[in-house]
Amino acid sequence: MTWIWSNLDLVWDRTFDHLVLSVPSIILSFLIALPFGWLAHRYRTSRAVILTTVGLLYAIPSLPLFIVLPFIVGTSIRSPLNLIIALTLYGVALMVRVVADGLGSVDRDVQQSATAVGFSGWTSFWQVELPLAGPVLLAGLRVVAVSTVSLATVGAVIGAQSLGSLFTDGFQRGIQAEIIAGIVATVLLALVLDALLVVIGRLLMPWTRPSAIGVTSRHDVVAREVTA
Amino acid sequence: MIEFHSVTKRFPDGTLAVDDFSLVLPSHKTTVFVGTSGSGKTTLLRMINRMVDPTSGSIDIDGDDIGTLEPVKLRRGIGYVMQNSGLLPHRRVIDNVATVPMLRGMPKKKAREEALALLDTVGLDRTLADRYPSQLSGGQQQRVGVARGLAVNPNILLMDEPFGAVDPIVRAELQQELLRLQQELGKTVVFVTHDIDEAFLLGDQVVILRTGGKVAQVGSPAEILANPVDEFVATFVGADRGKRSLHVENHGDGDIVVDETGRLAGVLVDAGSSGHSSAASSESKAGPRGPGASAQGGDSR
Ligand SMILES: Nc1ncnc2c1ncn2[C@@H]1O[C@H](COP(=O)(O)OP(=O)(O)OP(=O)(O)O)[C@@H](O)[C@H]1O
Ligand SMILES: [Mg+2]
Repeated sequence: MTWIWSNLDLVWDRTFDHLVLSVPSIILSFLIALPFGWLAHRYRTSRAVILTTVGLLYAIPSLPLFIVLPFIVGTSIRSPLNLIIALTLYGVALMVRVVADGLGSVDRDVQQSATAVGFSGWTSFWQVELPLAGPVLLAGLRVVAVSTVSLATVGAVIGAQSLGSLFTDGFQRGIQAEIIAGIVATVLLALVLDALLVVIGRLLMPWTRPSAIGVTSRHDVVAREVTA
Repeated sequence: MIEFHSVTKRFPDGTLAVDDFSLVLPSHKTTVFVGTSGSGKTTLLRMINRMVDPTSGSIDIDGDDIGTLEPVKLRRGIGYVMQNSGLLPHRRVIDNVATVPMLRGMPKKKAREEALALLDTVGLDRTLADRYPSQLSGGQQQRVGVARGLAVNPNILLMDEPFGAVDPIVRAELQQELLRLQQELGKTVVFVTHDIDEAFLLGDQVVILRTGGKVAQVGSPAEILANPVDEFVATFVGADRGKRSLHVENHGDGDIVVDETGRLAGVLVDAGSSGHSSAASSESKAGPRGPGASAQGGDSR
């Protein structure tokens, strides 16, 4: 415990490093997955190819990827960029299928009526399909966020700074408190990002709030009356 | 005026949905397509706003071949109302109604003002404007659907079984509301239903379809009731079951109308009398046009 209090600055720095690795990766995975997910959703032939490819992508073991990637893209092995690219790849691998499924989950009647009243394909995608796929996308993004935060720790093995460095360092130097601090901080960070996504989802998708669903709001009223 | 010229639609899988269909749908009148499931009603309707393009033949609106028009632009000028309202679940009622005017470039503020006025037109309370569609009853959703269909003040209103999913009482209410609206607005309405009573109530021109988009009979409700061209039409309109053959029985307190099977069909009232007894007759199956039903049913005898 005393180790943590005397090394709060270090824990804080590593948390920051960890954020620098994971937040851009999460955002990039989402943005890159959108067009691929759309392609997989839209065309049956591309669907098989794209989903199989991203499935295989996820099967690549992380450590070798961290080591091989610099030779392919020309970054240094310890550069955060190297890790961000690798984490983004894994994020994309998860997210493409989610985007395809999310777009597929949009009610056909709603889509058809949007077309019928004069939405063009492009406007319909941005104003109808994407928002309505929102709840599925959000669920997928939460998985990506948590898995990215956890995966980012592996970078410590090749010397890229993150919360993972706390447990590699603690392990080498035999400081148990440091190891535990690393684990706890990683979990906390994952929880915070997850909660943040939920809040963003609530703000962007007000129609999915429980109070926006008729039956529930009526229950609320009854509940309030009963407790009053 | 909408004209179908020998229109045929064969879907890629080989289904012949509409076969050599020709018809004129007069302006400012309601034309109803009625037929069993799969008779091509929806396909016919969707060819009018180019959701479906014919395999052969052509469709003209006011003399222009719509095959030469840009589909998205065409659709923004035609109202469309469908079963289960087809409202955008992520937009509030007011924004659903304002959607198409805004797609056409109307400023948001003006579109919303007009949308509020349209809620009045279709008999919806303005306090519902800020709700999401899921917070409305089925009947209210359909009213919003109609308001949205009217939002661009279109000449043509396409309605695909708009009242198919609401209970009979609400349906009767919505039908009356549509009749009232139509009297005020005089749109060219194309209405699809599989309910013959609804077709006779709403239609100036009724088109009875059989499978494969083949016309069984076209005419006014009275013409069809009086002269079903064949067995199929007779069965479809219920004339064969005696449902349309009514007679009057005197029951001391008043005259009641009974069909051939002895089923109570309504109450006989003077054409000019007040409407308190019309509720009784509008509940009856006999009533294409409420109190006038007995007279019309009489035609088919
Ligand atoms: N996109 C499509 N691809 C293939 N076949 C289709 C398609 N749309 C409709 N059909 C077929 O065309 C025929 C007519 O369909 P349509 O939807 O027009 O019928 P409908 O009269 O509206 O029926 P319902 O009362 O059930 O709505 C049916 O046999 C249907 O299966
Ligand atoms: Mg249909």
